[in-house]
Amino acid sequence: MIWIDTIIQGVLLGGLYALFAAGLSLVFGIMRLVNLAHGDLIVFAAYLILLLVSLLGLSPFLAAIIAAPIMFCVGWALQRHVLNRVLGPDILPPLLVTFGLSVVLQNALLEVFSADSQRLPAGEIATASVQMGGLNLGVLPLLTFASAILVIVGLNQLFYRTELGRAFRATSDDAVTAGLMGIRPDRIFATATAIAMLVVTLAAIYLGMRANFDPNIGPARLIYAFEAVIIGGLGSLWGTLVGGIIIGVAQTVGAAINPEWQILAGHLAFLLVLLIKPRGLFPRAVD
Amino acid sequence: MSLLETHSLTAHYGDFQALFGMDIHLDEGETVAIIGANGAGKSTLMRSISGVLTNGPDQVRFDGQPIGGLAADEIMARGVAMVPEGRRLFPSLSVEENLLIGTYGRKVQGHWSLQTIYDLFPILKERRNHPGAALSGGQQQMVAIGRALMSNPRVLLCDEISLGLAPVIIKDIYDAVPRIQEAGASLIVVEQDISQAMKVADRVYCMMEGRVTLEGTADTLSREAIHDAYFGGAAA
Repeated sequence: MIWIDTIIQGVLLGGLYALFAAGLSLVFGIMRLVNLAHGDLIVFAAYLILLLVSLLGLSPFLAAIIAAPIMFCVGWALQRHVLNRVLGPDILPPLLVTFGLSVVLQNALLEVFSADSQRLPAGEIATASVQMGGLNLGVLPLLTFASAILVIVGLNQLFYRTELGRAFRATSDDAVTAGLMGIRPDRIFATATAIAMLVVTLAAIYLGMRANFDPNIGPARLIYAFEAVIIGGLGSLWGTLVGGIIIGVAQTVGAAINPEWQILAGHLAFLLVLLIKPRGLFPRAVD
Repeated sequence: MSLLETHSLTAHYGDFQALFGMDIHLDEGETVAIIGANGAGKSTLMRSISGVLTNGPDQVRFDGQPIGGLAADEIMARGVAMVPEGRRLFPSLSVEENLLIGTYGRKVQGHWSLQTIYDLFPILKERRNHPGAALSGGQQQMVAIGRALMSNPRVLLCDEISLGLAPVIIKDIYDAVPRIQEAGASLIVVEQDISQAMKVADRVYCMMEGRVTLEGTADTLSREAIHDAYFGGAAA
C-alpha cells in the first residue's frame, strides 16, 4: 500500500512538472526557441502573485487572475521586442539571450525581494486531503494535476480546433510560406509566448503554494521542465505530461528508498529514457 | 495604368545580383507568362513581387500603390497571392486546413470558398482530411493553388506549377486556369515549358540572367525569337 501511495504522489508531482514544462513545450514547438529563462519567469510570476497577495490581501488564486494578463503582456513584449530579433537559422543567439535574461531576472528579483525564501499563503487547502480507496490524497497536488490536464487539453484544443492553432502549426512548419498566406510570423510568435506566460502564471501558483521559493530556484525548475519535454518527445504536449509523471514517480520512489536519492533518481530516469528512446517517447513525425 | 507593374526592379542575394532592372506589367484581366531557363531569375522575380524579398517601395506597384517595401503578409492582404515554387504545403495541416490558411485572420468575399475550390478540384474534397504530404504531386499542386485562391486575390502568381508533374497531370492543372480567369483574377505564370506558356498566356516575357530579353503577345512571337531570347541567341 505504501508503494501505491508513493507512486500516486509521484504521478501528482508529475502534474506540477508538466505545468512547468507546458509553456516551454508550446514555445519550442512553434518557434524552435529554447527559453532558458522559463524557470525564472515562473519564479517571477510567483513573486508577482505574492506582491498582489500582500498588497491587496487577495487569495493566491484571485491574485493570479490579476497577474495572468500582466504576464500575458510581458510575454508578448518579450517576444516582440527581444526574442524575435534573435530568432533565425542559428540557434545560438536565442539561447544566449534567454540565458542572459535568466541571470538578469534572478538578480533583479534578488535586489527587490531579497534572498529570503517566501511562500504563497495557501490557507486550508495546503493541508486538506481527501480519502480515496484507502489512500490519503492532498487537495493541492490533486488540484495541480487537474490543472495540468486542463492546460494540456486546452492547448491541444487551441492547436487543433481553432484558426489561431492552424496558424501556429503553419508557421511552425514554414514561416516564409505562412507569410505568403497573410500570416505575420512575428505576431504569431508573440501570441504564442504570451499564451505560454498564462501557463507560467498557473504554474507559479502551485510552485509558490507547494513549497518555499527564492529568486534562485528557477534554473532547477527549468531542468525538470526540460527533462519532461524531452522524455515526452519534443512538441508533444501529452508526451510532456507523461515525461513529468516519469520524473515525478522516479523522484518519489527514489525518496522513499532513501531521501538523498530524490533528485538523483529523477535525473537517472531521464537518462534511462534517453538511452532507450533518444528522441523521446512520442516524437513528432515531422521535424 | 496597369494593375501590377515593376520599375527597374533589382534584387540581390548578398553580393549576388539576381535581377537587373526588370520592367514588366500586368493589366487587369490579363494572363502573363514569364519564361526562361533555370537561373534566369524567374523565381526571384516572383519572390520580389510577393514580398518574400523586399525591394524599394516604387520598384513594385500594385493598383497604383507602391508595395515593393511591404512584407509578404501585407502584400497578400492587398490582393496578390502566390502559389510558391515546390508547392510548400504545410505538412502538419490537413488538406482542408491548408486551404483555410488562405483566409487567415480576415473575412474575404468573392467567388472562391471551400465549396468552389472543391468544385474546381473535386479530388480535394475526397481527400480533405488527409495530411497535405500524403497526396500525389498533382493533388498537392491543386491544394497549393486552392490555398492561394481562398483569399480571392486580384493577382495570382503561379511559380512553376507544372514542375515535376506528368504531362496528363499538367493538363488537369492548366484546365483550371480559364475558370480562375473567369472568376476575376489576373495571372502571372512562371513556366519553363514554352508551349504550355504560349497556350495559356496573353503576353509573354522571356528572361535571361535577370533581364527581360523578349516581350510580346503569344501569337506574334516566333519560335526562333523565343529560342534566341531563351538561350542567348545570335549564336544560332
